[in-house]
Amino acid sequence: MAENSRRDFMGKVFGGWAALGGLGVLYAAKKTWDPLPSVKAAGFTTVDLSAAEPNVLNVEKWRGKPIFILKKTPDMEKSDRDVVVGKDRFLVAIGLCTHLGCIPAYRPDKKDFLCACHGGMFDTSGDNIKPPPPSPLVIPPFKVEGTKLVLGEEGPEYKKMKEAGLIA
Amino acid sequence: MKELKILAVVVFFTLLTYWGVEPYAHSVMHKHVESKDFKYEDLKPLKKRGDAKRGAETFVNAGCTGCHGVQAANMPAPMDPISAAASFGVNPPDLSNAGALYDEKFLAALIKNPAHALKVEHKFTEGKQHPMPGFYGVGGDIEQEVADIVAYLKSISKNIEEITPKMAFEDACGRCHAVHYEKWTQIGEKPKFKHKKDELLFDAKVLDYQDYLTKYMGKLPPDLSMYIRSRGEHYISTFMEDPQALLPGTSMPRVGVNEEAAEKVIEYLQDSGDLKRDERDSVGVIVMFYLFVFAFLAYLWKQSIWKELH
Amino acid sequence: MAQFEKANSLHEWLDQRLAIDTLERVLAKEYWIPKNINFLWAMGMVLAFTFGILLVSGIFLLMYYQPNVNLAFDSVNYTIMREVEFGWLWRHVHAVAASVVFLIIYIHMFTGIYYGSYKKGREMIWISGMLLFVTFSAEAFSGYMLPWGQMSYWAGMVITNLFSIGSLELNGLVEWIRGDYVPGQAFLDRFFMLHVLLLPLAILGLIGLHFGALRIPHVNNQDGEEIDFEAEAAKYKAGNKKEAKVIAFKPDFLSKDMFVLSVFLIFFFYLVFWHYSFAMDPINFDPADPMKTPPHIYPEWYFLWSYEILRPFPKDPGLVAFGIAQVIFFLIPFLDRSPNVAPASRRGKFNIWFWVMLVDVIVLTVMGKLPPEGIFSTIGLVATVVFFALWISLPFITKNEKAV
Repeated sequence: MAENSRRDFMGKVFGGWAALGGLGVLYAAKKTWDPLPSVKAAGFTTVDLSAAEPNVLNVEKWRGKPIFILKKTPDMEKSDRDVVVGKDRFLVAIGLCTHLGCIPAYRPDKKDFLCACHGGMFDTSGDNIKPPPPSPLVIPPFKVEGTKLVLGEEGPEYKKMKEAGLIA
Repeated sequence: MKELKILAVVVFFTLLTYWGVEPYAHSVMHKHVESKDFKYEDLKPLKKRGDAKRGAETFVNAGCTGCHGVQAANMPAPMDPISAAASFGVNPPDLSNAGALYDEKFLAALIKNPAHALKVEHKFTEGKQHPMPGFYGVGGDIEQEVADIVAYLKSISKNIEEITPKMAFEDACGRCHAVHYEKWTQIGEKPKFKHKKDELLFDAKVLDYQDYLTKYMGKLPPDLSMYIRSRGEHYISTFMEDPQALLPGTSMPRVGVNEEAAEKVIEYLQDSGDLKRDERDSVGVIVMFYLFVFAFLAYLWKQSIWKELH
Repeated sequence: MAQFEKANSLHEWLDQRLAIDTLERVLAKEYWIPKNINFLWAMGMVLAFTFGILLVSGIFLLMYYQPNVNLAFDSVNYTIMREVEFGWLWRHVHAVAASVVFLIIYIHMFTGIYYGSYKKGREMIWISGMLLFVTFSAEAFSGYMLPWGQMSYWAGMVITNLFSIGSLELNGLVEWIRGDYVPGQAFLDRFFMLHVLLLPLAILGLIGLHFGALRIPHVNNQDGEEIDFEAEAAKYKAGNKKEAKVIAFKPDFLSKDMFVLSVFLIFFFYLVFWHYSFAMDPINFDPADPMKTPPHIYPEWYFLWSYEILRPFPKDPGLVAFGIAQVIFFLIPFLDRSPNVAPASRRGKFNIWFWVMLVDVIVLTVMGKLPPEGIFSTIGLVATVVFFALWISLPFITKNEKAV
């Protein structure tokens, strides 16, 4: 009986150590599955805002997603979600409807966004004004550098919005 | 005991086969050249002590700046790389760090007779001239003048410790060899372009340069991205030291680097073609530790079971 | 429908539905292996494990590899080797395992020949094993194409040209295999498919057949003794383990396998981390160049012996010899006419035959790598002649062998 228990004990110790090796392989496998450094490095996009015209929607590509950049006209409602660069106010948001991810179209005459997929609407501050979208357009991490905007980096303005729960 | 005997037989025939197809076969197929420790013993040592101040004057009077830039002394290159390659076949190097990277005997010999120092005299027969003219002196003792120029080059150069592997490679190899894994082209590092058109314009410039270079060298010098794996450290090092010893008749010139500079070039190529070498070693040690414990536990388990069987 | 009682544990629940206890008993706890064996009997497990290593490492390489003539080389040498975390590890493991698996296959084969483990009902074990060898060879060759280096390209060129079958000049067949006049995009794509799908499927099927072929004739033992497995198993089950001539697969045989495997893994990972050049030829780190053949081309070491058989002859006889060499090992159960199942050391002339064959194959292997000139050509020719002489003599020297 003592023999048997020693046998079983050694079998379990060996099995445990082998399982540890399996975990090591899983760790390497997880790391292999991570986004590549080149993908991560491409996660930053710099946009120059100095030439932006009011009420004209610019669409930039950041991490494969469309980013809406709209310079506001004075008659558009001000919002805490606006990105202020110098004297100008901008809407900066990921251009994907918060309902199911379609790209809403901007209508300069009506000054709103209409999503063709399910009819959701957003105003020029990115707030959802007609369902089904449940929340405003999401603001991407940004940092203001002079007249330039670095997407992907969290600047003080972005952090403030995040703390206030405004980024959606 | 019997199992160990069987194991010995298996190991013996395995090693015999390995020896035959690897070390032995490769020793037959590839010429082995021993390193001469970058001593350049075929070149004469400098006879005179150089004076850097005089050398600075001689350097300008000898007309070196007609082709070479010296950024370290605020002398920009007289031509852009492509025009330079159009005129000379290859862009003449900036000489800022030549004093630190190259052997002084080699520099002296190069100033006097480039084709000889570079070991490419076979390319310049029947009246063909090396694009760099030899230096025949500016009126004084030529040995002294050459020593002065070498002293001047050494005086303006960074210390070898301050020179990064990248700088060493670009200076010694980078005007002929691209390394696209490090984004290096013969005319410099390829920047990131936002517009496709700018990128194509840059690529076209590289192609222009490569055309001139190909005409000059006979064929386009290879991209060295994976050379550390395809040729190995020893081959690259001895090849830099004396290309003719490994590849007689090649149009590749002797590089003339000193030992420290050669090590930096090798390091650059390792970063390009064998970036994870340190990780390989450290992960290797962990895996080996794991396996020795694994083997030990497997042995105990087996013993505990087989005790009942015998 | 069967009656299902309420299960009291997950184990019981699974057992009701999948009969896992019966499976474990039949496949492991009461799968009987002779006790009289040595570590060479663990090579099957080592091979199965190495195949597992190849499968797992291959899956991760497949996630980043690009089967395109313009991208393949950089996807391997840049993306996998520099960018992907542990990509270098998967690649080194895959390349070294692909080479070492053949070392173990050869040890496994020569073990079988030495102990006569292909006779008296074990013919299908041998034949399915040889089928595995051939499929592994095809798998290794197709995988060798994928990095699209100089060796990939020129091996692809040379080996597919063999299918023109000498003077028959079946160039249409060669072009059909390649899908192009030279190895190009179509060639790379189809060999990629073969390497990651069709051949691994075939290998999995053949492994099943190989294991299945073992069930009825049982595993051989060191003395070729015919064991009454049922009687011996009864002794074992009655607790008389010391006297029984059999052991259970689990845990007895498995524990020995694991120890042998652990020693193998130490050897294997040493090669992976510090001694990999033999399996990752430096020449293949030059990108494929259809305008320039490397000065020395040679197959991987495990193909060298049959490659050498091709070389000393003019084109047609060379191909015939090569063709025979590829299949001749299949025939050993039928060419060996002796009824003895015993280690070669007890079989007189066959013992000489065995060792001469082993040394001859090693000589062929080494000569296959050396440049075919001067003394190397001569030695290669002699070794080739000896190879065929041995096979021709095998039925004669075994026919009159004394029973042991």
